[in-house]
Order: sequence, then C-alpha cells, then structure tokens
Amino acid sequence: MSPRARILVYFVLAALVVGLASAVPLGEYMVKLLLQAASYAIAVLGLTVLLGYTGQISLAQAAFFGLGAYGVALGTTTLGLGFAPALALGLVVATLFGIALGMSTLKLGGHYLAMVTISFQQILTLVLTNWISVTGGPDGIRNIGRPHLPGIDFENNQTYLAACLVVLFAVGGLVAVLKSRRLGLAMQAVRDNELAAGVVGINTFRVKIIAFALSALLGGLGGGLFAGAFRYISPDQFAFDDSVVLLTMVLLGGVEAAIGAAIGAGLLILLPEWLRFLKQFYLAVYGAAVILIMVFLPAGIWGLFSRHRVWAPAAPVGPLELDIEAAAGTLLSVRGLAKHFGGVRAVDGVDLDIAQGSVHALIGPNGSGKTTLLNVLSGIYRPTAGSITLNTRPVAGLAPHVLAAAGIGRTFQNIRLFHSLSALDNVVIGAERPGSGISQRAAATARALAALGFVGMAERAGELAASLPYGHQRLVEIARALAGHPVLLLLDEPAAGLNLTEKQELVELLKRLRGHGLTILLIEHDMDLVEQVADRITVLNFGRHIADGSPAEVLRHPEVIAAYLGEVPSHEAA
Amino acid sequence: MTVLLQLLFQGVGIGAVYALVALGFVLIYRATNVVNFAQGQFAVVGAYSMVVTTADLGLPYWLGILITLAVMAVFGALFNLGVYYPLRNRSFLPVVISTIGASIFITNIILGIYGPEPSMLAPMLDAPGISLGALFLDAQYLTIIAVTLALVALQYLFFEHTLLGKRMQAVSQDKEMASLLGIKVGWMIMLTFIYSAMLGGIAGILVAPILFVSVGLGGQIALKAFAATIIGGFGDVPGAIVGGIAIGVIETFGAYYISVPYKDAFAFIVLFAFLLLRPSGLFGEKVSQKA
Repeated sequence: MSPRARILVYFVLAALVVGLASAVPLGEYMVKLLLQAASYAIAVLGLTVLLGYTGQISLAQAAFFGLGAYGVALGTTTLGLGFAPALALGLVVATLFGIALGMSTLKLGGHYLAMVTISFQQILTLVLTNWISVTGGPDGIRNIGRPHLPGIDFENNQTYLAACLVVLFAVGGLVAVLKSRRLGLAMQAVRDNELAAGVVGINTFRVKIIAFALSALLGGLGGGLFAGAFRYISPDQFAFDDSVVLLTMVLLGGVEAAIGAAIGAGLLILLPEWLRFLKQFYLAVYGAAVILIMVFLPAGIWGLFSRHRVWAPAAPVGPLELDIEAAAGTLLSVRGLAKHFGGVRAVDGVDLDIAQGSVHALIGPNGSGKTTLLNVLSGIYRPTAGSITLNTRPVAGLAPHVLAAAGIGRTFQNIRLFHSLSALDNVVIGAERPGSGISQRAAATARALAALGFVGMAERAGELAASLPYGHQRLVEIARALAGHPVLLLLDEPAAGLNLTEKQELVELLKRLRGHGLTILLIEHDMDLVEQVADRITVLNFGRHIADGSPAEVLRHPEVIAAYLGEVPSHEAA
Repeated sequence: MTVLLQLLFQGVGIGAVYALVALGFVLIYRATNVVNFAQGQFAVVGAYSMVVTTADLGLPYWLGILITLAVMAVFGALFNLGVYYPLRNRSFLPVVISTIGASIFITNIILGIYGPEPSMLAPMLDAPGISLGALFLDAQYLTIIAVTLALVALQYLFFEHTLLGKRMQAVSQDKEMASLLGIKVGWMIMLTFIYSAMLGGIAGILVAPILFVSVGLGGQIALKAFAATIIGGFGDVPGAIVGGIAIGVIETFGAYYISVPYKDAFAFIVLFAFLLLRPSGLFGEKVSQKA
C-alpha cells in the first residue's frame, strides 16, 4: 500500500469506528468500558513514544494521567472554567512535570530512572490524598464537567465516547507518523545507541526531554478525557499500580507501534471482565499473564504480525558529493590535551596537527590512549586540560552533537549502529545532522543512498542493520558518518575483524576518500594498512605521543619499536 | 533529648527491616543484574506464613519461624525458576516487568485467600521492653535490631570466609569467568534467590508484630528498600544497610516533626535529592557508560 492509500484507509476506518460508537446502542456498561479503554489508550500512546521509540522507562504514567484528570476536575468544578481551558491547564501542568522528569535523564538511566519516576508517582499520590483543601483528599471530586458545543450533546455517554475515539485516532495517527519522521528516527537512535546518536549529531538530552514531555502530555490528555467520562475521580485511580497497568498495556500490545497501545489498552480493560468468573483470583491470573507475555511475546501482540520487510532501492543511486574545498593548512590542532580518570592518565599532554586533506594515522600499543583521544575529540569525554582547534574554532569540551554539527564524524571500534533500524535509516539519521545543509527528507534519503552507494552497500539499504554481516555493518557505519558531510572523519580501528578481501576493499575506500580530499584521522593496528593509506603517523604510548612523522620515519623510530616490541637491550648495559 | 533518642531508636528499628529487604534486593541485583520489584512481597509471604502457622494452626512461635524459613526457601527457588530463569538472557526491562507481574500475582493470591482485612501477629518476645529512664525500648524493636545485626555479621562471614560465599561473589562479578572456572553459575543464582527470599521472609516476620499484616505491606516496604539501595549506592551491601536505616530514621523524624500524613513522602524526597545530586549514592556504583 502506498502511504497515501494507507492514510485513506486509516481515515475510513476511524470514521467507521467513530460512527458505530455513536450510532449503535452499546449498553451503559459497555460504553463505560470503552470510555476507559479509549482514555487509557491515549495515555498508553505516550508510553509508546517514551518507552517504545525512545527507550526510556517510566513508572509514572498514571501520575500524568492523574494530573490531566485533576486539571479537568478542578478546572470545571472549583475554578468554574469550561472543559477546554480546564483540560489545557491539566496538560500544561502534566507537560511541565514531564519536562522536569525528562531533565533527570541527563544523569540517570535504567533502574535509576525507574526509581525517579516511582518516587514522583508516590509523592503525587500522597499529595492528591492529603492536600484535602485543594484536591478533596481521598473522597475525590464529583460533578466534573464535559465540553459544550452547539449541536453536540456530550452529556450523552456514547457521543462523548465518539469524541474520545476521534481524539484517540488523531493521536494514534500522529504517533504512528512520528516514528518515521526526523524526531522519531532521532528517538529510536537514542534508544538503540545513545552514544552513537550523539556522535551523529542528535542532541540526545533534548530528544529525551521531548519524549518525556510528549508522553506526559498524552498521559494528561487521556486523564482529562477520563475525568470527563466518569465525572468522578479519586486519588486511588492514579496510583503506582495504575502506572504498572499502563506499562503492561504498552508491552502487551507491542511497544514499537502505535497500534500496540490500542491493542494493549483494549485487551487489558476487557481481560479482567473476561476473567470475572475467576472471582477474587482474576488479578492473580492477570499478574501471571504479565510474566507469560514477557516470556513468550517479547515484542508484544503486534510483534507477532509485524516483520521488517527487506526492500531494495528503486531509485537510481547518485554519486556522493563530498563537497570538500581544496584548502591547505591545518584542519585540526590539538595542544596539551589531557584526559585523566581519577589517577589514571589515559591521555596525558598530547599535541597533534592534522593537515587538510591528509590521512593521519594514530597508532600505539593497547591502552596507549588512542580511543580515549578519539572520545575526547568527538565530545564523548570532556578533556581534563588542553585545547582542540578545528579550522580556528576552539572546540574542546563541546557536546558530541555540537561537534558533529561542526563537521566531526566518527565510527566506533565496536560497531555502534542503530540495530533495529534499516541500514538506510541509519544513514539518513547521519545525513540529517544539523549543519549538513539538508532538511528535506527526500534530499536526506538521496544523500544517504549515495553514501551507501559510495561504500558499496546501496543494494542492502533496506535490510535491518542488526541482520547485516559484520564487515557490512562497518561499511554502513562509515556511510552514516560520510552522509553527514564531515570535514574530519575519525575512524576507530575500521579494519578490526575484517578478512583479507574486506581489508583490501577498505584500503581502496580510504584511498578514494583521500582522493576526494576528505581529512581522516585513523586509529589502526594493521601496520600494512596504515603504510598503504597514511600520509602521517602519530604514535602514542601511555597517553603521551612518542613519535610523529611520515610512515617511513615513524616505523623506524627506536622508541616506536621499543613500545611495540619491548626494550632492545643496549650494548653498554650488557 | 529523650524524644530524640526515642525517635532514633524507633527509626533504626524500622530502618533495620528496610535494610533486610534492601539486602535481598542487592544480593539478587549483584548476582543477576535484575531489579526485583517483588522483593517486598517476599516479606508479605513470610509474614502470612507466620500468621498461618502460629495464629491459625496454633503452632509454637519457634516452629512457625522454622516452617516460614523453609517456605521462603522453596518460594525463592520457585521465584527463580518461574520469573527470572526464562528471561535470564533478555534485557533489563522485560525482567523488571516480569517481577512486577510476579508481585501482582503474589499480592492477589494472598488477597484472594485472606481478603483485605489485616491480620495480627504476636511479638516474638513476651516481655514489653526495657525502660531506660524516660526512654522505652520496645522488645520487638530490640529484637529487630539484634536479629539484623546478627544476620549482617553472619552474611559477612559467609561471603568472606567460606568457599561457597566466594563462589557466589565470583558469579556476581563475572558470570562467564566464574563458569569457566567450573562454578555452577545457575546453582549460585538459585542459592542467591533462596537466600534473598529468606531474608525477605525474616523481614516480614520481624515487622509483622509492629505493623498489621496485610498485602499492602509489601509495596511500601519494597519501595523504601529500593530507595535505601540507591541512597546507599546501588549494588553495595554496606550501602543497603546504611541506606535502609537512614530511611527509617528520616521518616520517623519527618513524621514526628513535620507531618504524619506525608510520612511516606520523606523517603522519596531524600531519594530525589540523592538521584539528582549524587546518583552514585553514599558508597557509589559507577553510573557512566563507556565508548
């Protein structure tokens, strides 16, 4: 199906469902269940964005749901506002708290993040329960208002349900579309490999804050509609257990696709109804079901139906424009650079000059500080001391995405691709880096294909990065860096793990890049390869540079030989 | 001054319970890298086992404790087989969700059998306690502190001075290497779950006479124990103990001097402060990642 046909089908389906919900008599009880499922599904879509796309855990979605609900409840009762301004109030508050939680991801991930969100959830529950003068305490709030629109009777539950479904379809469609947009790809890049995401130009912190904000916004939206639907809310509806339920819904339905949220919410609202015959044990069965889902359905129910479709590019692949101005002089200049970890001086006062258009090799024994130096140059580590100048601009200590925008691209020793994305999407993310001059998706795709073509991988553009063989993953990673228009390319042991043929192909690729005038800093252990491509070599040992010069000079330098082969005993000492 | 000491005593007492649960958390985390959200339910199972054996069946207290310890050992083994083992090669999140599922399961099984009304458990000792001037040291709190101290000492001796303890430590540091050295990693993990469940059970036995026995007990204890592990430094054994006691003291003082309804919030506010200012905790797990 073409994208346009897909959108059309979606609209028809949405219209059909909304029409049925408003027209077919469903019975009061069923309407209540569907109202609950629809408002939950909207909140669960927030988790699709946060957990599914961005890979950040939250056990506080019920808290955001509650903030939206209390916004509508207090707005339409105590404050005497209309439904829309009351909902807006709830959404603003929820989103602000979402941003605040997102800011904690600057330092924290994994179980720490889980704990931050749990703490937020617990504190909110306590406040809702105990701040009686405002929230009404455990008794909750009654007589919550619904929207008023001329000609539409929202007091009718089924009409209100139809309105909720309209919102659900709109939000669901937007979340689904988001996945393939620039922001959505950036989110998935953060999820798959945060370090690499920063290095290809994504402001990872900002992306995570946006994800938290969106998730909180959708949580609040679901909650606001929920409050209007049931017209009565109390703190126990927005407790930690409900956050767990929302999380389970997204995992059950499938965390990677928007439709998973609808499946999960629908099923888990209806499942307890179907399990009613188990009487007081139905929640126990529900708990057991959660474990079984985790064991047997790792990708959720939707995961059973979705498969990555491999495709080959239809459009002809153009040549890669590397756009390098032929200039003389020094591109990158490093002075007195140091990086210490506690007492360990991994890099200890290194000077380095990389000439425009040259291939500069950085060699040295294991543990000599080569990768640390590269990590400082690409912004993953902040230097302890020293300066780095790129084209006269001081760049020491800048964040990875800022350095990427300044034109530093890199690859990693242990390949860091976005494994659940296609090879093409990996490279598109590289092409869309800020400062590459590309903002249109079509242009980014064309450039990404050209970059894949340059490394000989265009045919495999449609395959999942994780399913590519090792050597090809290396090439895709190089293509990802090239697509971002780098002025300086940092390669960390690109030949590691390659067989002889692949190595020779890599040599040819490096020579072609040099032919285009691209400046390259190369870490490599394979001296044969280094001799073939390097214009200059810098040798590090114990974090200091011990030699510098042309390959012929450096490889005969006595200190270099000593560093690699051990001290040659001198005759005087003997 | 008397008030201060009285509060300190009670805070340390309840904190010791958090510390025991936190210890179970940390041991499982170190052995498997799994954050077990059902740790609090271990205490609930232990507490209910005591209620059943001593109150319902009328068995003597010491026999109830022995039976409860045996129940917890079996429970820990089953928990490992049912919740952790099938997911042992998966990432952080599925396992966490699985333990949350287990927590829901256990809670509702107990709820289904015993209902929401809390049960009572008699204190371990008959004596009411010791009076030191105006200070009153409740016997159950004394018992809790004494048992916790003894367990911590025993555990130290076990891990540092027995071969089995060292094997378990080896597994927590590097599973692959340990298995190359001929250590049966699966069994060591099994033992960790069993021991951790027993620790949780003991915490339940100890805390039951102070608080009422109900399924809600588990969630609150678990969250505070979790907070304790982060304050102490995730994965650090002394940190879990210090963190647990710190949480107990903080909330006891907070409840007395600031607000009773917000008693449960103090632990989380302190936790927030730690997470934002010093996420590595008092004793420090490394948080950063490497390229």
